[in-house]
Amino acid sequence: MGVISGIGNNVAECLNALVEGKTGIDKIKYLKTNHRDLLPAAEVKLSNDGLSVISGLAPHTSRTAMLSMIAAQEAWDNSGVKNIPSLRTGFVSASTAGGIDKTEEFFTHFLIDNKKGKLRNIINHECGSITTMVADKLGIRNHISTISTACSSSANAIMYGARLIKHNLLDAVVAGGTDALTRFTLNGFNTLLVLDEQYCRPFDENRSGLNLGEGAGYVVLVSERVALLLEKSPYCAISGYFNANDAYHQTSTSVDGDGPYMAMAGALAMSGLQPMDINYINLHGTGTQNNDSSEGAAIQRLFHPNYPKMSSTKSFTGHTLGASAGVEAVFSALAIHHGIVYPNLRLQNPMAAFPFTPEIAFSKQPGLKHVLSNSVGFGGNCSSLIFSKL
Amino acid sequence: MMKAYIRSAITISPQKTFNSPAFLNDLVEYNSNRLTSIEPDYSEAIDPRLIRRMSRIIKMSVASALACLKDAGIASPDAIVTGTAYGCLEDTGIFLTNMVQEDEEPVTPVAFVQSTHNTIGAQVALLIKCSRYNNTFVSGGASFENALLDAMMLLSENNAANVLVGGMDEITDMSHIVLSRLCLYKRQLVSNLNLFNINSKGTINGEGAAFFLLKNIPSANDLACIDAVATLYKPNDVAEIQQYIHSFLVSQSISYSDIDLLIFGNNGDSKNDEIYTQLQQSVFNGTPSINYKHLCGEYPTSTAFATWLGANIIKNNNIPIALDYQETSKNKINKVLIYNHYQNIYHSLILLSSC
Repeated sequence: MGVISGIGNNVAECLNALVEGKTGIDKIKYLKTNHRDLLPAAEVKLSNDGLSVISGLAPHTSRTAMLSMIAAQEAWDNSGVKNIPSLRTGFVSASTAGGIDKTEEFFTHFLIDNKKGKLRNIINHECGSITTMVADKLGIRNHISTISTACSSSANAIMYGARLIKHNLLDAVVAGGTDALTRFTLNGFNTLLVLDEQYCRPFDENRSGLNLGEGAGYVVLVSERVALLLEKSPYCAISGYFNANDAYHQTSTSVDGDGPYMAMAGALAMSGLQPMDINYINLHGTGTQNNDSSEGAAIQRLFHPNYPKMSSTKSFTGHTLGASAGVEAVFSALAIHHGIVYPNLRLQNPMAAFPFTPEIAFSKQPGLKHVLSNSVGFGGNCSSLIFSKL
Repeated sequence: MMKAYIRSAITISPQKTFNSPAFLNDLVEYNSNRLTSIEPDYSEAIDPRLIRRMSRIIKMSVASALACLKDAGIASPDAIVTGTAYGCLEDTGIFLTNMVQEDEEPVTPVAFVQSTHNTIGAQVALLIKCSRYNNTFVSGGASFENALLDAMMLLSENNAANVLVGGMDEITDMSHIVLSRLCLYKRQLVSNLNLFNINSKGTINGEGAAFFLLKNIPSANDLACIDAVATLYKPNDVAEIQQYIHSFLVSQSISYSDIDLLIFGNNGDSKNDEIYTQLQQSVFNGTPSINYKHLCGEYPTSTAFATWLGANIIKNNNIPIALDYQETSKNKINKVLIYNHYQNIYHSLILLSSC
């Protein structure tokens, strides 16, 4: 697996920050925006030049592509899959922003004169071309695809990758997603009035919105046959997944959390597990009024009265949008691999409506077996994944 | 993987394809390098209060999707899967323009909210209250193909008995200017109906939305079956494409002579079309073929239009005269193979057969 986020440029750095409780949310430093003094965000702590050095991509490349390249390369190298000849390999990447950071630059000139604007800043606008750019550098070519279902994008990429293997179309898939912080998304969420001017407080009674983040996270999925060929044993297995639609509103989730409920219940049914078998929930937990009350209601419906440990790692990484389920898949796998549960930072007053409280401190949980990871997005897109110890 | 039965197929395209009882008997001519979808009166299908807020791609797609469900007699499908390379370009352009011109003080979130790529699948789900599987692919020239593959996997997994699958892309004034600056389109005035008679650089820009209701079991009213879909990414040379086609046919247990009709993705650009010519002179030598991009133009999800075309050809057992088809002795069209490549990045094969 591989990850880059506001709390670290690789798996080891992110894990270290999670263990030590160090948030990546800070004043905006790298994105050129008028909102930089008002709206905090969890930026990856590198300039585009810095990302260029690590990723090997040109400095003028979309930040989304560079983040993807760094995390996907780490995952690919870490898996050992490339050492096995003649496997059918795929790259399924998710994104919501794609190359829009560069489109923003292009538009500044294009709107004044439509003959202006550097074409190199627009040719990778499409999410799909970010994926192909990275696939080419990784040398993966049997299957390349891109998914965009708002904030659940990466969860669907991981599901799709798992199903391509299940259908025996591929032997190994790098699956996850990437999104850079852009002015487009920052301003978009700002017009929706869901951005917290303070550091976000997921699942707190006094929460007042989300902080955006950026990053990329990928897991390498392999068939059982390939797993036996690899020197290193897998971190965990994906034992369940489910995609459902809340069908309630374009941008908000139903009061009772129908979508998240169906996604979690569906993933449990597929895995053959009971709610009480889940040891930890990596919450979608954005920190908005709507998400946390809706997701909380769904958890109450499904788990009451036996609540697993839970936390939102968005209190560390901010909301990385299309990358979030990829980043959180890596965190979920690490939780199982190391037997650890992360804190929900800055939680002071747990939501009064619910009888459960997310974790406020880091803890070692050697018996951790099953982790549920939730994703909820615009357009009612809800997907849950279950990771299980082997 | 099991085959999928096409219960209904609807497209809004630059031709008279929506609400039209006739099958391409009267082609629309464009003397421009930009083809525009012929849009119906949406108020019959969509609440007028909703129409006002919808961009063109959302209207075209939602209307096609709803008509497709209605034709199939299905109120709510078990899954909705869409493929779009560019997504909701108009809304993206509106919000970006607003943001740049207002110096990051945009007033309304509407365009931002509707700019997300999954808006179409989400809007359809919302309108029909469909809480089932919902996914959107944004894989450039393989967006529709991946949506189709996802749909066929779902049908095989027994979690879905029917899937609504669609492909769509729109042209906006801005996108046409930008793509023209990338030298994709013909510079001289050309009629779309004459596209394949001029040997020159560039193609014509196109757009459209096409939806299909696929089922895992046959019925009396099926248009055709989708036997398989496959994509090939950046082949090294024509030999690799030939090998890929060969493996695809072997996997479907058919030979070249079983293919009654090829639908080729020629787009009028002399360099782009060389690949089709080479295949036609080699592995597909002697197989009857037609083109389709003079009807809908070139765009990343044009294979959704081609699938609509192929399915209707099989259903009607008739190739519209306007498609300039050379008659053969075959009296029944059983198998149609769509072969397309988009800018030589993604190549795809979609095999249709009579049910």
